[in-house]
Amino acid sequence: MKLERWNEKIKTGEGEKMRNVSIIGGSATKFGEHWELSLRELITEAAVKAVADAKIEGHEIEHIYGGTMSPGKFIGQEHIGALIADQLGLNPVPATRVEAACASGSVALRLGYTAIASGMYDIVAVGGVEKMTDVGVEAAGTALGAAGDQETELFHGATFPAIYALMARAHMNAYGTTEEQLAAVAVKNHHNGMLNPIAHFHKEFTVEDVMNSGYVASPLKLLDCSPISDGAAAVILCESERAKLICEKPVEIIASAQASDTLALASRKSLTELMATKVAAKQAFEGAGLQTKDIDVAEVHDCFTIAEVMALEDLGFCKKGEGGKFSEKGKTKLDGEIPINTSGGLKACGHPVGATGVKQAVEVMLQLQGRAEKRQVDGAKIGLTQNVGGSGATAVVHIYKAKVGKR
Amino acid sequence: MEEGLPLIWRRLPERYGLKGNYCESCKQAYFPKRLICPNCRRKGKLVERAMPYRGKVVSYTEVFVGPEGFESATPYMLALIELENGVRILSQLVDAQKGKIKVGAKVEKVFRKIVDGNEEGAIGYGYKFKVV
Repeated sequence: MKLERWNEKIKTGEGEKMRNVSIIGGSATKFGEHWELSLRELITEAAVKAVADAKIEGHEIEHIYGGTMSPGKFIGQEHIGALIADQLGLNPVPATRVEAACASGSVALRLGYTAIASGMYDIVAVGGVEKMTDVGVEAAGTALGAAGDQETELFHGATFPAIYALMARAHMNAYGTTEEQLAAVAVKNHHNGMLNPIAHFHKEFTVEDVMNSGYVASPLKLLDCSPISDGAAAVILCESERAKLICEKPVEIIASAQASDTLALASRKSLTELMATKVAAKQAFEGAGLQTKDIDVAEVHDCFTIAEVMALEDLGFCKKGEGGKFSEKGKTKLDGEIPINTSGGLKACGHPVGATGVKQAVEVMLQLQGRAEKRQVDGAKIGLTQNVGGSGATAVVHIYKAKVGKR
Repeated sequence: MEEGLPLIWRRLPERYGLKGNYCESCKQAYFPKRLICPNCRRKGKLVERAMPYRGKVVSYTEVFVGPEGFESATPYMLALIELENGVRILSQLVDAQKGKIKVGAKVEKVFRKIVDGNEEGAIGYGYKFKVV
């Protein structure tokens, strides 16, 4: 398999020809229902703040990657790469729109990473954006459902909550995971969201609130689901040697891995794990020379509570089947064994799909730079993000390390 | 969701008769049909094969908020079904009282309307399953 060849490349040093890449700045807009803002305003705000945070000038940006899932369906606009460069006044800088459903942001980040690692560019801007509330909830659900297999899933009425509900039921059946354990994930993420100024929701919920919130697709209830949000996020990437000269606290991307799986859930061997996450995680950990226990803080893809439970297992934070118990025991809280989704996750921080992967990177950057304020994880040095497209047909895992720059 | 007439027409064998295919090289059946066998790739010999009409429920959910075109159908039951040949398929479950729908329940294919007519008047028909 290709994985072995990739690992061999790393071991033989062939991979060392690649340059190291660091995040030197980043920012996100407030996530939420922004009836007053359009896509172009959201991505421009995030990009301008990221450039200011990186203390560079816009004209130093050599390439732009913009992750967005379905602007054609949400706002009737495609060609977002060019739109971003245009709005930022950066023409003729090359700009590329990247789409991988809900993993669009992380795939954009990975492309920015490879563009610098390859030696082609030194400074690249990576953005992610989605403007979802210009259409009604059914139209939004239809657009999101297209991340699965249109012909065999969406045609039959399978929304995304329904697909994840099938996984949740299978997980409950196989491992005894309970609805209360899933609810604990939502409660924890809403608590974290209270501490994050950009979060879509600033509201605490109890397990009882979640249990009484009404089924969207049983066994998943309204408060098991991430919301439909507007928002954007951006990071500035720089070659690591140069990053140390221009940034006090660069955050190096020490591993970037991506994997694919079948579009349709029915074509997969297992309903209780995401193979793509497991493969990407294995590659990322081997590439970084680290293990799960080395991670201090992680942002994982909790589009639904069951997704966070499976991510905990697939990334190795707990044993297979124990993600529910692990969450219920509080091991993933801010002061727990491994703080997960300090931003509030997709659940409470919000899920403007194309922005999510980049927002995860912004949150880990803030944590590793010691700038996460009330939700700061003390002494966080190594962080991880896991971003999923569709029901697991794309998964991206990045690992980050705090570095010391100038001064 | 609503589909255009050509797409509906292209998928008639699959949706009306559960026509998939089978790789004679690795003895694996596929639904819907695959153009390339993932196990054997270009060496695989794929031939058309209808799937068995019976199977069992692997997982299920009751959907309360559907996509466009399903507004009048909610709530409805969706299931992941393992057919007798081991192939899995996602389908709506109909004609069963809630108590009878559980993991492991035996089901068989029925022919039903999936979505109301689109702008061209084409109604999307296809397979659903019922508990037997």
